[in-house]
Amino acid sequence: MRSDPPLAVRVEDLSITYRTTFERKPTLKQALVRFGRGQRAVKEIEALKHVSFDIRTGTSMGIIGANGAGKSTLMRAMAGILPPTTGSVEVWGRASTLLALGVGFNPILSGRENIILGGLASGLSMAEVEERADEVAEWTELGDFIDMPMQTYSSGMSARVGFSVAVHMKPDILMIDEALSTGDAHFREKANAKMAELRKSARAMFLVSHGMASIEEMCTEAIWLDHGELQMRGEPEEVIGAYMKFLKIKKSGSSTEDM
Amino acid sequence: MTAPSRESQEFEPVYHHYGPHRAGLPPLVPYFRELWHRREFASEMSKATMRGANTSTFFGQAWLIINPLLLAAVYYLLVTILQGSHQPALFTHLTLGLFAFNLISTAASTGATSVTSSGKLLINTAFPRLLIPLSAVRTAFFRFLPTVPVYLIFHIIFLPRVWHPVMILSLYFLATMVLFSTGLAAFFAALQVYFRDTASFLPYFIRIWMYLSPVLWLPENIGHMSKTIITVIELNPVYSMLGGYAELIQENRIPPLSLWLTATGSAIVVALLGCLFFMSREREFAVRLT
Repeated sequence: MRSDPPLAVRVEDLSITYRTTFERKPTLKQALVRFGRGQRAVKEIEALKHVSFDIRTGTSMGIIGANGAGKSTLMRAMAGILPPTTGSVEVWGRASTLLALGVGFNPILSGRENIILGGLASGLSMAEVEERADEVAEWTELGDFIDMPMQTYSSGMSARVGFSVAVHMKPDILMIDEALSTGDAHFREKANAKMAELRKSARAMFLVSHGMASIEEMCTEAIWLDHGELQMRGEPEEVIGAYMKFLKIKKSGSSTEDM
Repeated sequence: MTAPSRESQEFEPVYHHYGPHRAGLPPLVPYFRELWHRREFASEMSKATMRGANTSTFFGQAWLIINPLLLAAVYYLLVTILQGSHQPALFTHLTLGLFAFNLISTAASTGATSVTSSGKLLINTAFPRLLIPLSAVRTAFFRFLPTVPVYLIFHIIFLPRVWHPVMILSLYFLATMVLFSTGLAAFFAALQVYFRDTASFLPYFIRIWMYLSPVLWLPENIGHMSKTIITVIELNPVYSMLGGYAELIQENRIPPLSLWLTATGSAIVVALLGCLFFMSREREFAVRLT
């Protein structure tokens, strides 16, 4: 019998609870007003409950589930952004994450400066970042815009920068959250091709998407989360099927995208 | 120099283990190892911010010199009008104190907004968050540096005979101020995440604090004040830092031991408390900043 490939990620009995506020912009004034009324705006969220799984090298894993099911929290936990409340996460490799798209990291800095900062923050050395910055900049196809402040970018343009940084930092483990929903057709195509390439070179890939077709197309395995609990793990078709059944929606051509 | 332990990891898979934080704090040794490893990020962020801040202005980087000069001019006018005459000693004291106090207040105010303004980077990347306020302290320090030659020119003009090797010791008090600023920057950065109006209160807080510090007045001017006010002033950590700094530079006198001890002690305590408070809250930043 052939031995299994080594582990890339192991999640053991992972629970994540955090407290957050339901105010858009928490202010001291609001806090005082609430204090006077004896209320609190802090809510405790049990985002993940006792989730366990392990992923072997070579897997690309799709994560599906309704909004608020804990998909993004799981990605953040694996990336080390949100440490566990209980349980543990082990990751073999350097993770590169693309969890939130949209406006650039720091709007007054240029695209190129943001690329360099993103690389340095993720732990690369200055030499490594400089070596890659031109490649990243070229991939975005932004031309002269790359040296202009990111506040002058359209949302599609900053999405390109974000995606390009994430995929060019030679990640061992790539985590992408809804990346394919932004950008024009040309960018989507290019991003898909790049991800297919990375699937071969990276040790593991995680993809969160509401687009069932992209999960089926890109992933070798899938897990389904619901209210922070792991419902099912298996072949993408199987898991998607069960999820669809759960949602009581007949799987048809028109409903497979954007669930 | 990169720590050797990381060099060897280049050939093996980098292994991460994330477990629950003990007492709300991340494991300190790996935390500070990662922090050191990514120090270039903090300095690059500070450099980029400084470049970005003045690029759209006419004078560009020259503002780093123009700002302290204008500040000194405004206060020169103020002192001359209030005192009714040209007061070189008071004016040089004022510029020295003002520039040093600005180091602390810039660190506190840029530190306050540093975390909330780097939202996307924070949500996307795992790194020791303390790097962000540290980068703000670096920015404040590099804004302070151009004021040093400006002050030295005033010193040459107005205090030409006050030069002595003990002036070098003032660097120690400068270091305590930087350490103290680090604690403040970290503290206000974390507070701003919870109360977004912290940065709006801060200027008033800083203004009052400046009046309680020996910036606009000399320590010998407050003898006639009530006991309570003097106690409040002496409890102000900046009193000993600025006091020692000014005494060495402008009177060439080695300050009493008590001043050294209080300056050192308060800098260490504030830096520790500020950073620990920040680190105990940083887990929540990723969910609070969406």
